[in-house]
Amino acid sequence: MYDVIIIGGGVTGCAAAAELAKYQLDVCLVEKESDVCEGTSKANSAIVHAGFDAEPDTLKAKLNVRGNAMIAELSDKLDFAFKNNGAMVLCFEEERLTDLKNLREKGEKNGVAGLEILSGDEARAREPRLSKEVKYALYAPTSGIVCPFEMTLAFAENAYANGVEFRLSTEVTAIEKNSEGWKVTTDKGEILGRYIFNCAGVYADKIAEMANAGDFRIIPRKGEYMLMDKDAGETVSHTIFQLPTKMGKGVLVTPTVHGNLLVGPTAEDIDDKENTSTTAGGFAEIRAKSALSVEGLPFGKVITGFTGLRAVGDTNDFIINEGAEGFFNAAGIESPGLTSAPAIAEMLREMLSKKTDLTPKTDHIDTREGVVHFAELSREEQNALIAKDPTYGNIVCRCETITEGEIRDAINRPLGAVTLDGVKRRTRAGMGRCQAGFCSPKTILLLAEKLGCGIGGVRKTGREEVQKDA
Amino acid sequence: MREFDLVIVGGGPAGMAAAISARENGLENIVILERDSELGGILNQCIHNGFGLHTFKEELTGPEYAERYAEKVIAMGIPYETDTMVLNISKDRVVTLLSKGRGVEDIRAKSVILAMGCRERPRGALNIPGYRPQGVYTAGTAQKLVNCEGYLPGKEVVILGSGDIGLIMARRMTLEGAHVAAVAELMPYSSGLKRNIVQCLDDYGIPLLLSHTVVDIKGKEKLEGVVIAQVDEKKAPIAGTEQFYPCDTLLLSCGLIPENELSKNCGVDIDPRTNGPLVDEGLETSIDGVFACGNVLHVHDLVDFVSEESARAGASAADFVKRGGTADSTEPVKVIPQNGVRYTVPSKIHTAELTGDVHIRFRVTGVFKDCSIVVKAGENELLRRKSRILVPSEMQDIIIRQDKLADVSEDICVEIEEV
Repeated sequence: MYDVIIIGGGVTGCAAAAELAKYQLDVCLVEKESDVCEGTSKANSAIVHAGFDAEPDTLKAKLNVRGNAMIAELSDKLDFAFKNNGAMVLCFEEERLTDLKNLREKGEKNGVAGLEILSGDEARAREPRLSKEVKYALYAPTSGIVCPFEMTLAFAENAYANGVEFRLSTEVTAIEKNSEGWKVTTDKGEILGRYIFNCAGVYADKIAEMANAGDFRIIPRKGEYMLMDKDAGETVSHTIFQLPTKMGKGVLVTPTVHGNLLVGPTAEDIDDKENTSTTAGGFAEIRAKSALSVEGLPFGKVITGFTGLRAVGDTNDFIINEGAEGFFNAAGIESPGLTSAPAIAEMLREMLSKKTDLTPKTDHIDTREGVVHFAELSREEQNALIAKDPTYGNIVCRCETITEGEIRDAINRPLGAVTLDGVKRRTRAGMGRCQAGFCSPKTILLLAEKLGCGIGGVRKTGREEVQKDA
Repeated sequence: MREFDLVIVGGGPAGMAAAISARENGLENIVILERDSELGGILNQCIHNGFGLHTFKEELTGPEYAERYAEKVIAMGIPYETDTMVLNISKDRVVTLLSKGRGVEDIRAKSVILAMGCRERPRGALNIPGYRPQGVYTAGTAQKLVNCEGYLPGKEVVILGSGDIGLIMARRMTLEGAHVAAVAELMPYSSGLKRNIVQCLDDYGIPLLLSHTVVDIKGKEKLEGVVIAQVDEKKAPIAGTEQFYPCDTLLLSCGLIPENELSKNCGVDIDPRTNGPLVDEGLETSIDGVFACGNVLHVHDLVDFVSEESARAGASAADFVKRGGTADSTEPVKVIPQNGVRYTVPSKIHTAELTGDVHIRFRVTGVFKDCSIVVKAGENELLRRKSRILVPSEMQDIIIRQDKLADVSEDICVEIEEV
């Protein structure tokens, strides 16, 4: 019997797990995929939003601004990449200045500091590649960029270190209320818990439905992206948004925290909660819309395209409530969900504290060390590391300068990677310009060694159990 | 800090040939740095035959061809360090390397030869829409898995792109028991060598679909199939021509990209047409004492040409060191690719200080029949060579005699004249 069962190992569920792990609670996190960070959390804009976009007094507004304020310290303590690079919202028509002013006003009501409207020339002075068509820009100094994989993993690993149990490759199939709380049926057996946190992303409506704990709907909103080589990473230094134009909702152009350039997303509501395919039309839309912000983006330097599904609720706000006695929803966590995750976790904990007494742990560990990023170390640190473990002297991924030591760490650490994509998210091996062409045969062998299977048993991604047949 | 007359980055065919030539031209203090565990580079996974027809007048496999050079490197006592990754090359030729044994180390080089080879264009760079499942590999990655790791990635195969590695892998996968349903090629002509189309596709009844491309990839976790469509003359898919091919493996052979990240960080000027360094007739880059050869310079179709070119780079580096590391003192003339010529290597020639005949290598922009290759400096025709057919997949190699070039002070144009 657990105190809390968290359903969903995305950033919301993992942040909630890390938050609950501060207290004397038995917590279990259930995730249907074989790794955390496999859904919406792994495919998004990776922005730490300032908080000017959400309507005042909504949960989105409050939790965004609160989350934004928390992330710098968290990135430091939990060791994930974050950069406060600032953002601009571009306005291309003189008469739309009002919209920009409204956005500023909204932001100020939400408590966003430092918002400033710039003329086109002022904006270009700070961001020289911006198009000549830019008439005004709203500048938001508190906006930032983050590594969403590392952030989710950081919460998960910290939660794990503080005693949260993770049940991966475990899919919830039914939820029943009983006298002591809840019985969660999965494809791996039953789990009993007093309380449930529903953090199931695009499936949160299905999970709530199982427990009769909410009649909201989650509509997957497809967002396609194109990612460019680090060669193009300095095209802009800020995150560049657009006011909606005649072409519809805008796309952003932003550096990533690792120095690539990210362009997108499209926005298309779909029915299929698994449809993460990219489309020729999506790529064309990204090219056309982004050209408004920055002319001549180097699309020849695209190294990959991908699609994420935002979990859009039908209430225009995050759906965070007690949907049934002892069953808490954290649903509809679309943008700015990544930014808000730590604040949502606090809110869930606050709601739980009204039901049961929470006693802080005395031995809580509030830091976590991620996989070392060899390429970012000083010469002295690199040589000290190699002296201790020579596998750090062997480069596996040449594009991103990732060593065998880093990959072994990613595989061997608690909640370690079991797929090629899992290694990629933890180390960046295969995330570079050759897109794993050279390193994947080597990474496959390292995974096969750990998993005790043949090459054929190593998966790129997905939820199946490790097959030991090949 | 260790010091060398010549540091060669890469121990594949280019690096080895350059090292041997530099030694034959009198350089003693040389080191080859190789990131893999043995010399040979990509040849080690090319277990098919057809290598060495020009160099050795016999057909060798890739590993055999590499071994001939590796044996010579060893016999000549040229030092090489394997499992050693070069992390950086500075403008003043301090080379930073990483190895298990020595950690991160700086070494000083009087001259450097870039011989890092190339990489394959990945799926993402091709903007193929669809899912990103397991089962999509570049042809070279699949070649590594099949030939070096003894693992066949799938049984039902579609290949996109008719580059030579793709063609070779069509045959390889067939011989290993897989079924190759088709090779789709975006262009109206193949980008691979004619002999590979005959020996790897025709002989096995594998269809080559020219002017076709993959427009969708199906299967969320594991590849379930691809949709192939015909394209029009602007390479846009033609609606209504889509056909679904069920498959568990999609191999991509859609071009090779010289791997010049080290060169760029060093400040070497890159030719946007080749993605390789701009070089002069001695294969020296825009940085004094830094030379380039092989696939890092421009993508070759025959290793024999790589070896020949690299020997010239080795000789040039030896000459540079023997001259005491002084830069060329005269202004070069430019070599300009024109009508029908996509690029040339070199892109400039120091006509006033030549020590021998000059090779100009290039590729044509399309298929040309019954034409002539013409090289001119102003009105002065330096070379005219008739050709029955020129195709983009075959690199052209012409030699301009030193005496013809000695007095040339105007830019040199290389072009194709159609009859």
